[in-house]
Amino acid sequence: MRADPAEFRLVSPGDLQVVLSLLASEPTEWLPIAGGTDLMVLYSAGKLPNRKLVNIWNIPELRQIEVFPDTIRIGAACTYTALRGHDDVSREFPLLAAAASWTGGIANQNRGTLGGNIANASPAADSLPALLVYDAEVTLISVRGNRRVAYRDFHQGYKQTALAADELIRDISLPRRFSGYVSHARKVGARNAQAISKVCLAALGIIANGAIRDARLALGSVAPIPLRLHETERSLAGKKIEPSLIGTVRQSVEREIRPIDDIRSTARYRAAVAANLVVEFLEKLATERTRA
Amino acid sequence: MNPSPGTGTKCQILFTVNGEARKVLAHPMERLLDVLRNDLALKGTKEGCGEGECGSCSVLLDGMLVNSCLVPVVQATGASIVTIEGMSAQALMIPLQEAFLECGGTQCGICTPGMILAAVHLLEKTPEPAPADIREGLAGNLCRCTGYQQIFEAVAMAARRMVRK
Ligand SMILES: Cc1cc2nc3c(=O)[nH]c(=O)nc-3n(C[C@H](O)[C@H](O)[C@H](O)COP(=O)(O)OP(=O)(O)OC[C@H]3O[C@@H](n4cnc5c(N)ncnc54)[C@H](O)[C@@H]3O)c2cc1C
Ligand code: FES
Ligand code: FES
Repeated sequence: MRADPAEFRLVSPGDLQVVLSLLASEPTEWLPIAGGTDLMVLYSAGKLPNRKLVNIWNIPELRQIEVFPDTIRIGAACTYTALRGHDDVSREFPLLAAAASWTGGIANQNRGTLGGNIANASPAADSLPALLVYDAEVTLISVRGNRRVAYRDFHQGYKQTALAADELIRDISLPRRFSGYVSHARKVGARNAQAISKVCLAALGIIANGAIRDARLALGSVAPIPLRLHETERSLAGKKIEPSLIGTVRQSVEREIRPIDDIRSTARYRAAVAANLVVEFLEKLATERTRA
Repeated sequence: MNPSPGTGTKCQILFTVNGEARKVLAHPMERLLDVLRNDLALKGTKEGCGEGECGSCSVLLDGMLVNSCLVPVVQATGASIVTIEGMSAQALMIPLQEAFLECGGTQCGICTPGMILAAVHLLEKTPEPAPADIREGLAGNLCRCTGYQQIFEAVAMAARRMVRK
């Protein structure tokens, strides 16, 4: 059944403090809406449980991208288009810019926000593996104050996050120490735009003295939450990229992930693709180094 | 606008549509798509899927291509909106129309307003698009009739003709 707009409230104070007071006054009642690309789909399908919404699309503090010497701070309501169009973000955080470029078509990128992707907490969300490998930190804000949470601790279980009912995600900070890394982003789905990933990879690596000094790997759609492959990363550290390594890496990736069968794919397919993507990354890492 | 209307209360929304100041009385969660079609009788904006997948409801909101089925009308307060009806004022419109006709870019026509808006949005930013740019720019717009190739060719042709002018 289509939703009846008369049954919903949507207020638009246009002021961060007023939004926060509203969230604090009746926590769990009010739901923030940014670009609406997740919420409006639910709403139209008659599946939105909340009846009270508060607009955060027009809050200037949430739309800024600030560049500091050590970090880049991205306001939670920045759109994918804003991320792709920002020189420092696309140069230093290409995994995030790549994810932004395939989060739906251009119209979706003009409305969908990074904060919305984080709060929506889908295991298939495309920007979240990039946040994991870049050691992103989120700032949460409420009338009680600010707190900062590492993104790896924020997303706790299937569709579960550390966000309290009276809090907003204010911004996402990315440390500026990965520009020397080789990066590799891949989405495998029916198509790039407008299709939910069957598997997506965000990977960073750096080589020193012919061996892997540091590898950082995260996958989407292979577990209830976006997954960092810590064990596989450890098994790569200090190793030369050789044919013998590839076999053990495949096994390690398949051991670490927990894919499921669903309408988009099967667990077996996802496991095979996840391993292929990591191998593809290692091959890229090996050739980029030879070129350097 | 009253910042905190109760449930069931309509609010007054002011915005500019195709260059004209307009005022509507609407529930804040009404979809911009419905307000354009029902309150303003601008039926050129189509509803295909109603869930952000097909692009047939595309409009420009402050110059940005958006799917109007996913925009609650309150978020368009004060904005400048351009629908397909407002496109005739655009320099790009004549070459696009001619190219769509010449290349067979339109059959049933349901996707066409959205395709044109997506094409205009693309060509304003990228006047000389590569084939990959055209595919990316139109990736959010589905067509059940043409098979897309004709539409891509039409956009490329319109771009060439505009650049030559
Ligand atoms: C056609 C289509 C294609 C899509 N393709 C992809 C894709 O390829 N990959 C992908 O990952 N996603 C995709 N999406 C999903 C969606 O676009 C993203 O998840 C987007 O980032 C959501 O952002 P939003 O601002 O639109 O969120 P909204 O719909 O406004 O909100 C989503 C949720 O986040 C909460 N929220 C939003 N901002 C904040 C904040 N600052 N603080 C606290 N809570 C907040 C809301 O309360 C709500 O629960 C697609 C959606 C559509 C319609
Ligand atoms: S009707 Fe809006 S995208 Fe399909
Ligand atoms: S012409 Fe019929 S949907 Fe495109």
